[in-house]
Parts: sequence; structure tokens; C-alpha cells
Amino acid sequence: MPPLTALIKKDFPKLYLDSHAQHGDETVSIKRAGMLELFLFLKDDPRCKFDMMIDLTAVDYLPRSPRFEMVYHFKSSPLHHRLRVKIPLEESACQVDSIEPLWVAADWYERECWEMYGIDFQGHPNLKFLLRYEGFQGHPLRKDYDKLLMQPLVPMRPVAERHDYGEVFQYVQEPPPSVPEQEPS
Amino acid sequence: MGLKFPSAESFVTSRLDEVINWSRKFSLFQYPFVTACCGMEFMAVYGPHYDGARFGSEIPRFSPRQADLLFVVGTVNHKMAPILKRVYEQMAEPKWVIAFGACASSGGFYQNYSTVPGIDRILPVDVFIAGCPPRPEAVLDGIIQLQKQIQDKDSGPSGFSGINPRQTKEELLLSRE
Repeated sequence: MPPLTALIKKDFPKLYLDSHAQHGDETVSIKRAGMLELFLFLKDDPRCKFDMMIDLTAVDYLPRSPRFEMVYHFKSSPLHHRLRVKIPLEESACQVDSIEPLWVAADWYERECWEMYGIDFQGHPNLKFLLRYEGFQGHPLRKDYDKLLMQPLVPMRPVAERHDYGEVFQYVQEPPPSVPEQEPS
Repeated sequence: MGLKFPSAESFVTSRLDEVINWSRKFSLFQYPFVTACCGMEFMAVYGPHYDGARFGSEIPRFSPRQADLLFVVGTVNHKMAPILKRVYEQMAEPKWVIAFGACASSGGFYQNYSTVPGIDRILPVDVFIAGCPPRPEAVLDGIIQLQKQIQDKDSGPSGFSGINPRQTKEELLLSRE
């Protein structure tokens, strides 16, 4: 078993789910509960020393359950090794703990991931829109977001017949009313 | 011996709007609205090698109030669309718009939640320049085509009547309010 995987399996047996390694790079799947302890261990332990958070994103495997998977990439600049950590997430509970307190670099990555996939990062200090605009509904990188659905901020003009395939896009011009109006009794 | 200069009796006849259109078409001050990689090609056009200034579209103006020609160069997304529309509205009439490259003309290869499928969904456009990015020759051809449009129109795009034929009826009514 590769060294980092063995280390995690030995010290965090309750978190460990799965692992594989390819070309010397290791991947570990872990459970969500208690993830921050593992990340603190990865950052501070002298055998790990992962001082650099390279990337953080999510993957949407739509028909599968658990639907989402968080993917973290770490690099250790003193020890020259890398590690990939995956956390499967159910759609009903797609929330993880924010790692922004450990690696400041995770700040904008988590904001982007929150916007695009709708995954809640608990404990993030500034979870607000980074790429999307105010009034945008839905999470555009989810697999069930219609790829032709646009939410324009200015009304779209009618154009001359330069498309012979007709109108393919759909528009959301106004947000749908959230509360249905009740008839006066 | 000696040249005979035109005497005081000589005169040239022309229509007033032809003279005005002629002067307009050779003094196109552009506002470069550059958002993406097409900007590199735009710089090539206005650099010394291709020298767009030869065609009378001389100086880039970075204030829309001073510009006649809006160059939309590159991808425009929905977050940017209100800004582009505002820049266009701030330009003084007469004004013209060129969609530079595939993304500005049609959205290019983007077909997703974020990209405007052609800036003619937001603004009236006079000339579309194809290419990803367009060659500088194509851009110069686009400028020449725009100059032809300006010269051939009876009174320019908005001209003396104040009616911009590229506007839709609703936009016209809105501008009259």
C-alpha cells in the first residue's frame, strides 16, 4: 500500500473509504463527518506537510448515488509529494466543511464550487457570488441544468431570420413568483 | 504660360447629405470594447503593419461620448451585457456597431448559460466580421463595407430624420420618450 494511504488508513480508520494510486500519485476517498481533522493532519503532520492547496472542485455523477463528489488536490513543497482526496456527497446533504481556515487559497475555489454545483461550505467566511450575477437561479454546472437555458439581464432583441433552425434557446426573463397569490377569502 | 486656377465662377454641385456622409465615413472614431482573444487581432489591425488609420477610422476613443463606431471584439456574456448596452446608449448619434469575430457575431462556439448568442440580441449591428479571429484583411473589408453603408444611405443611419432604421419599433419609441 502506498505510504500516504497507509498512514491515513492507520490513523483515520473511521473516515477511510477507498483508495487507489497511479504513477506514484495517491487518491483517498473519505467520509464527510470529521473531515477537518484529517485535513488538519495532512497540513501539520511532519510526514505529510501538505502546505499547498492546488485545486478544489466537485463532480456531478447524476444518475449515481451518492450524486456529488468533492475533489481536493494537495501538494507538499518540502516533501515533494501529492495527494488527492475525494469526498462523496449525497444530493440531500450536499454540504462540507470549509477548508478556508486551513488553506486561504481555498476561498475563491469554494465560492465558485458553491455557485456552480450548489454545495454548501460550512464555515466559509464570505460565501457570496463570484462568477454568477444577482438573480441567477440554479447551478449551471449541475448535470440537470438545461444547457440551453439562459438568464439574460437585458431583454433580448428579436433578430432577423439568420437562423433557419428557429429559436433554440430558452430564456428566463423574470424570476418566477415564489409565493402563489392567494385569492381573497 | 502658367496654370489656370479655377476662377471664382467655378463651383461644385453635390447633395448636402452626400457631403456629410462622405465626411462621416472617413472620420470613424472607434470605441474598442475588447473582451477576449480577438483583441490581439484588433491590435494588429490598428498597428503599423495593417494600419487601419488608412481607412479613416483613426483614433481609438476610450470614452463612448467621443466615439462614432463601437467595435465589440470578443465574447460577451450575460453579466457583461448591461455594460455593453450602456456603453452603446452613451454614444452620441450617429453611431455604428461592428461585431468583430465569431463570438460577438453569434456566440461562436459557446452555447451555454453564460454567453450572449450574438450581440445583435442586445444592440443593432451594422457589420458582422466572420472569423475566429478574423484576419486583419477581413476587418479592413468590414470597415470598407461599413463606409459603403454610410455613404449609400440617404441621410446616414440616424441622419437628419433622427430615425435609426436598425432600431426596432419598441426601441424607437423608447428613444423618443
